[in-house]
Amino acid sequence: MYNKTNIIKEKLFHFIALFSALCAIIFLSGIIISLFKEGYLIFKEVGVFHFLFGKSWYPSQDPSEFGILSLLIGSIVVTVLALIISIPLGISSAIYIAELAKPKEKEILKPFIELLASIPSVIYGLFGVVFLAPIMMKLFNLSIGLNAFTASIILGLMVVPIISSISEDAISSVPKSLREAAFALGANKWETIIRVVLPAAKSGIISSIILGFGRAIGETMVVLMVAGNAACIPKSIFNPVRPMTSAIAAEMGEAAVGSSHYNALFGIAIVLFVITFISNIITEQVRKRIRTK
Amino acid sequence: MNNRNLKQYIGITATRVITIISILFLITFLVFIFSKGWKVISFSFLFESPREGMTKGGIFPAIIGTLYLTMLSITFAFPIGVLCAVYLSEYAKPKWLINIIRMAINTLAGVPSIVFGLFGLAVFVGMFKFGVSVLSGALTLGVLILPIIINASEEAIKTVPNDFREAAYSLGATKRQTIMKVVLPTAMPSILTGAIISVGRAAGETAPILFTAATFYTRKLPQSLSDEVMALPYHIYALMTEGTHPDAQIPIAYGTAIVLLLLVLSINAVAIIVRYRIRRQRKW
Repeated sequence: MYNKTNIIKEKLFHFIALFSALCAIIFLSGIIISLFKEGYLIFKEVGVFHFLFGKSWYPSQDPSEFGILSLLIGSIVVTVLALIISIPLGISSAIYIAELAKPKEKEILKPFIELLASIPSVIYGLFGVVFLAPIMMKLFNLSIGLNAFTASIILGLMVVPIISSISEDAISSVPKSLREAAFALGANKWETIIRVVLPAAKSGIISSIILGFGRAIGETMVVLMVAGNAACIPKSIFNPVRPMTSAIAAEMGEAAVGSSHYNALFGIAIVLFVITFISNIITEQVRKRIRTK
Repeated sequence: MNNRNLKQYIGITATRVITIISILFLITFLVFIFSKGWKVISFSFLFESPREGMTKGGIFPAIIGTLYLTMLSITFAFPIGVLCAVYLSEYAKPKWLINIIRMAINTLAGVPSIVFGLFGLAVFVGMFKFGVSVLSGALTLGVLILPIIINASEEAIKTVPNDFREAAYSLGATKRQTIMKVVLPTAMPSILTGAIISVGRAAGETAPILFTAATFYTRKLPQSLSDEVMALPYHIYALMTEGTHPDAQIPIAYGTAIVLLLLVLSINAVAIIVRYRIRRQRKW
């Protein structure tokens, strides 16, 4: 078997596999380098501090202003509200599916949730514009239905399946013996869930929330269509906002390649990348803690 | 009822109610989209080009565009993803490199899709001069789905028992032969499940193709890899935000949404069914 051509084939295969594995690093570096190459000029032009905390975003006026505070706040407001909606919904349904549902119900609910997680965000956006926005206008007597709150409801709905399915995995993987021990001590079902199962599944649930956060802050189409697209600091949650992702999506078409505006949009992408990178590292740490347990 | 049982009753009921509410929300969403859109769907809607400034006609070019983009992106990402997973699980050396690669994959998986779009714009459209084209869009989507394919493939390869490998080695097979003839064929159904899911993901993404591939309107179908294309998700967005006849455009957007939804849901339903089958059939 070990003749010369075989040895060459072995080496070649090993090399191709290694190269494919390196592709992950190559693409990630490609992303980082291209973002910084196009984006760093704006930091040089206006300064990092002014870029992050400058209050006015007038990219196409003369003189132009590139402060993304209003966009940053837009992203944060929408994401936090979305999580406030999706965390209780997601975790409750995870508890229900993992602990309370009958086997038949579970067999239907679990794939249903998985399917929902796969619906394209642009369809959620469409739903927000034509269905939810008019309802919100009537309900809260607003002049514009497209605002931060409407966007965060849709975004929250979108994140529910993610939080739910990952939390459900975490809850289901809590060993049965823990539950039996709790029952043996006289705890009832609810006490077992709250005091034993949830604490044991804590890390998994936390990482599902961080993942949901990453998904919500990086989501583009929903906020682009539903958040109302006003680049100013919101006074209430019923004001329209322009989160960072939608600023990039909405303005890149008009920004001339190489202009300050173009660089500024890449600068926003750098900020987004850094935020999701940090939230990734936190998830990793939480996951490592589960493994070492 | 004593205090503890009352608490249990309240707790369980609340959990059930909240779950039902979230499911109802999501069902409302699906029912709304379908009830609005099914009237629009017809043979001519599916197989004709748009006419009269997007107010009439069908969405055939967008369907074809989405098929081109997804097929091309999976052709690009599938071999790289599977081989990457092979390297991570079968060669797995040196350790420090594996750690870096894993970190890179996790980071890639969390990058917002619009950032992939900018990457595609800067690298494929700009640097490689592919222009706004099927090729640029498919490559961008390919990079986006790569982590999904890698993770699914690695999970699949991990479930192949070590006995299989040892049996192959004891018959004198080399490492490459063991991987190609034993490990990958055994893991292939699960790997394909992952690939199917990533196709669904690629089909539904809008942000990465905004500046790399998509165009609101072309009459002709893409002739080559360097043509711009219409695509279903972008078409929905464009119908809602561009053009001059919103009243005529919104019904078309509903119809397009149903087509995209059915496409993505059926792709994923296939993947879910295949996965349950594999779990049931697995004998080792």
